[in-house]
Parts: sequence; structure tokens; C-alpha cells
Amino acid sequence: MIATILNVVIAGLLLGGLYALIAMGLSLQYGVARVLNISHGEFIMLGGMITWTLFTRFGLNPLLALAVCGPLAFLLGFILHRTLFRRLLASSASPGIFESNSMLASFGLMFIIQNVASIYWGPEIRGYSYLRNPVNLAGAVFGANRLLTLGVAIIIGLAFYLFVARTRLGKAIRAAAQDPATAGLMGVNINMVLALCFGLGAALAAIAGVLISISYPVNVVMGGEYFIIAIIVVVLGGLGSIPGSFIGGFLLGIVGSIVTSIDPLLSLAAYYLIFIVLLLVRPTGIMGK
Amino acid sequence: MNSITLGLKKWWVPGLLIVILLLLAGLPRFAPMYTVILATSILMYVILTQSWVLFSAPTGYFSLATAAFFGVGIYTAAVLGFTLPLPVVVIIAALISSCLAFVVGALTLRLRGIYFIIFTLGLVELIKNVVLWHAIKFAGARGRFVVLVPNNTIYYVMLAILVALLLTTFLIRRSRYGLALQSIGENEEAAAHTGVNVTMVKVITFAISASFMGAAGAIIATRWTYIDPYIAFKSLYSFMPALMAIFGGMGQFYGPILGSVVFAYLEEVLITKFPYHYMLLFGAILLIVILYLPDGLVGLVQKARKTVLQRGEHAIT
Repeated sequence: MIATILNVVIAGLLLGGLYALIAMGLSLQYGVARVLNISHGEFIMLGGMITWTLFTRFGLNPLLALAVCGPLAFLLGFILHRTLFRRLLASSASPGIFESNSMLASFGLMFIIQNVASIYWGPEIRGYSYLRNPVNLAGAVFGANRLLTLGVAIIIGLAFYLFVARTRLGKAIRAAAQDPATAGLMGVNINMVLALCFGLGAALAAIAGVLISISYPVNVVMGGEYFIIAIIVVVLGGLGSIPGSFIGGFLLGIVGSIVTSIDPLLSLAAYYLIFIVLLLVRPTGIMGK
Repeated sequence: MNSITLGLKKWWVPGLLIVILLLLAGLPRFAPMYTVILATSILMYVILTQSWVLFSAPTGYFSLATAAFFGVGIYTAAVLGFTLPLPVVVIIAALISSCLAFVVGALTLRLRGIYFIIFTLGLVELIKNVVLWHAIKFAGARGRFVVLVPNNTIYYVMLAILVALLLTTFLIRRSRYGLALQSIGENEEAAAHTGVNVTMVKVITFAISASFMGAAGAIIATRWTYIDPYIAFKSLYSFMPALMAIFGGMGQFYGPILGSVVFAYLEEVLITKFPYHYMLLFGAILLIVILYLPDGLVGLVQKARKTVLQRGEHAIT
């Protein structure tokens, strides 16, 4: 009995670490840059697929792939914001119009990225074997790769939180999230900060993709499902709240793991049910104001 | 506000519409079967877009729940199609979809902005997963077969739904009810203070718009013959109407219709000509439209007309 509970809880934490990373990225993009980025899942997919290519073709350690995919995705996100979303921001009459326009633009991006990826990688499900040896945790057995995933997710999540909470640039990001116009008056280079946030969000997604590929098989259409999970976690934690997303990720991971142990088919339905009830009862989320 | 007065004063828009509808009614007599099938798809998108516009354009509530109501229609046809006559199935589908929209609307239309968008997005996924779970658990198979209906019949039913939808849109726009709806989009609190029952108007309009989506789903399902939750509740069907409406331009009554016709035809051409790059081209067109055509095709037409008129004036003077 205790072993079962432990099994379910640890499995939930392992899942939760990934959910937390994905959601933090989306939260940053929506909370600061006001882009409900539907192509978020595609950056996760890119991270996973590039890692697979690097591992199978060049034998590159997936942990080193983090250092390749993170900056690459950051650059892509940064450029996208500087060109596409900044233009949209300038041409949109109100914040509400920008939100719907940028959402539709990211929907278009999703198609483009997915199509380019499927031309390059094809539709096959890809996986590789890395640190598959089992580890015994007080009776519950898990692959070392999944524990590694959790460890890296927590380190990156905390580092990111400290960056936003403690550094000068982090303060500029928080100011931009609260009131972009006033932040601009106070000397924050607002366009730079928004592009930075969009890039960081993309980088977090790609990093999560790298970690996902260590434990699970990946393919070019995996993005959509992870995007939906990210958005559920973001709402659960409170739109725009980074610690909320972090905690929400682990919460949803544990819920998912409990439901999966009862009926695996119901886990996604359970996520949406939580999500919808939450939106009705407390739309500002667990950490929202 | 302007669009209403313009739409009423210009007699040629409804006149042209009636001529086009008459031509469409005769289409299966002189056109090959392929054209009829293509026209049915286009009509389906026109219905989805126009019914999306019916609720989302005046109120400003950006709904991504189209796929939910459309999918409910599809499933109604799959479950009841073999036992009941087709018109009854279509009407029941419309009723079930509008009931769902009524309940959902009553619960959620107090959510604003991004929360409403996210909620409607989640609703589609919730229904999809519940139906999937039910199918696998109790029916033992993921999909279902749908009753076969001749292509011409599907076409005429689709056309009839469109005519009903256009009439409904026209009547709503002309009525006090339409003005109330418009006032909600401009300032909800002010509308409530002037005596508009804001919640009721929103929920009823949401339900009316959903009923047409459900009806369209029920009839198109008979052409697909086999459906499963992934086909019926594809989130693409939530995004398409919004995209087509923006593509056409929401400033004018005919904008979304024009947008959906052009876009649906474009989709068909892209899929058949470029099966492997279809999504890439589709995404690129989308970005170009959002970046460079903020007022859609209608904006483009108006701009062109303005330049032509100006040139004409120069020539006279």
C-alpha cells in the first residue's frame, strides 16, 4: 500500500517537473509579452527532436543538448518577437485586439514550425536509450533517466525563479508585467524586455523538450498535447504568476498520476475537468491576486 | 454601429446575395459532382464562420468553442442517423448544440477576455476526451459509422441551413435585440445600466449561433461516413471560423462570407496541389493576413475602390 502511494506520488513529481518548466515558459510569454503562444508546444517538440538527432547522429549527451537547444530556441523566440509580435503590438488598437491577433499569429507559427519539422524528420516516433537503469526508491522503482529529468527541471525552475525575483533584469521583467507603460517611463527598455521574455519562454519550452526526449519517445506532432497541459497549469497557478506555474505543474503532475493509477484513459479528461471547474470557481488560480 | 446603417442602405448587397443563392440552388443541375462536393465544404465553412460572427463579432467575446458544437452535431448524426429521418436528425443536432451552448454560456459568459478564450478551448478538449473515454470503455471501438446520404441532398440541406442562418443574422441585426447585442460589445456595464438583460442576451445569442454549428456538423458527418472523437472535435474547426472572419474583414456584413469562401477554396487548392507543404503555406498566409491586412479582404476592396475613385476625380478636374 505504502509502496503504491509512494509510486504514484513520485511518478506525479516526475511528470510535474516537466509540466512546471513548460508552464513557466508559457506563463512568461503570456504574463509579460501578452502573447497566448499556441506554438509553445512546437518549441518543446523542436527541443526533443533536435536532441534526438544530436544523440543518434553525433552521440551528443542529452544534457549537453540542453546547452544547444536552450540558446537556439531563445534566439528564435527573441527574433520572432522583435519582428512579428512587435509589429503586431504597434498595429493593434487595444491590448484586447493584440491578444487575439497575436494568438492567431502564433497559431500560424504552429503550422509553419510543425510542417518544416515534419519535412525534415518525418512522422515516425523517435526514441533513444539513455540512463535506462532502474533505481529503487523505498520500494518504488524508476528509471534513472526520469529522476535526472526531475532533478534538472527543479534546478532550472529554481534558477529561473531566482533570476526573476532577485536580479535587476528580473525586476524589469516584473515591472513590465505589471504596467508596461509606466515601466517604460522608469527607464526600462520595454521592447527589449518583452522580446527577452518571449525568448526565455521559448528556451524553457525547448529545455523541457530536451528533458522529455530523455524519458519519453518524441515525434513532430507531440507539441499540441503539451501546449494544452501548459495552459492548464498556467491557469491553475494563476495567469502570469511564475511561482504559481511552478507549483501548479507539480500539483497537476500528482493529480495526473493518481487518476492514471485508477483509469489511464481518464487522465486527460480529469485535467480538463479540473481546469474548467477552476476557471469557473477561481479564475485567478491558486497564486493569483 | 456604422456597419448596420451601411448594410441597410446598400440595397445591392442583399440583392446580390439573393441572386447568388438562386444560382447556388441550381448548381447541382449543371455542375459536375466534384463542384457540388467542393461547394458543400465551402458552404459548411461559410455557416461556421457566419454563426461564429453572429455571437463573437458584436459582443467581443472571442469563442474557440465552435468545434465543440460542431462535433456534438456530428455525433448526433452518428448516433441517431440510422433510426431517424435526416431533417429530424439535423434539427435535433441543432437543439442539442444550442442546449449545450445555453448551459455553457450561462456558466461562463461572466469570464472575460483571455479567460473566456481559454475556457472555450478547454471545453472542446474536455468533450473530446469524455467521448473518447466513453467510446473505448462502453462501445469498445474508437469511431462510429454514419448513415450515407446522396451528395446532392447534403448540398441542399447545407444550403438551407445557410439561408436560415443568413435570415436569422439579418433579423437580429435589424431588431432591438441586435442593438442590445451591439451595446454589450461596446460597453457591457453601460448596456446593463440602460436596461439590457446582458446575461440573457449573451447566452441566447451564444445558443442560437451554436445551433447552426450543430446543424452543419450533423449534415457534413453523413459525407464523412466514419467519425471518431479526433475527427469530430478537431480544434482546427474552432480556429477556422475566427481566421476566416478576420481574413474577410469583420467591418462589413459580407466580409466574413467573402473571407470564408475564398479561404475554404484556397484550403482545397492548397491541400490538393501541395499535400506536403500545405500547412506551411497555410501558416504563412495566416501571418501575412494578420500582419498586412488588419481589415481583411473587405479593407483591401475598399482601399482599391478609394484609389480608383480618387483617380477618377483627378481625371475630371
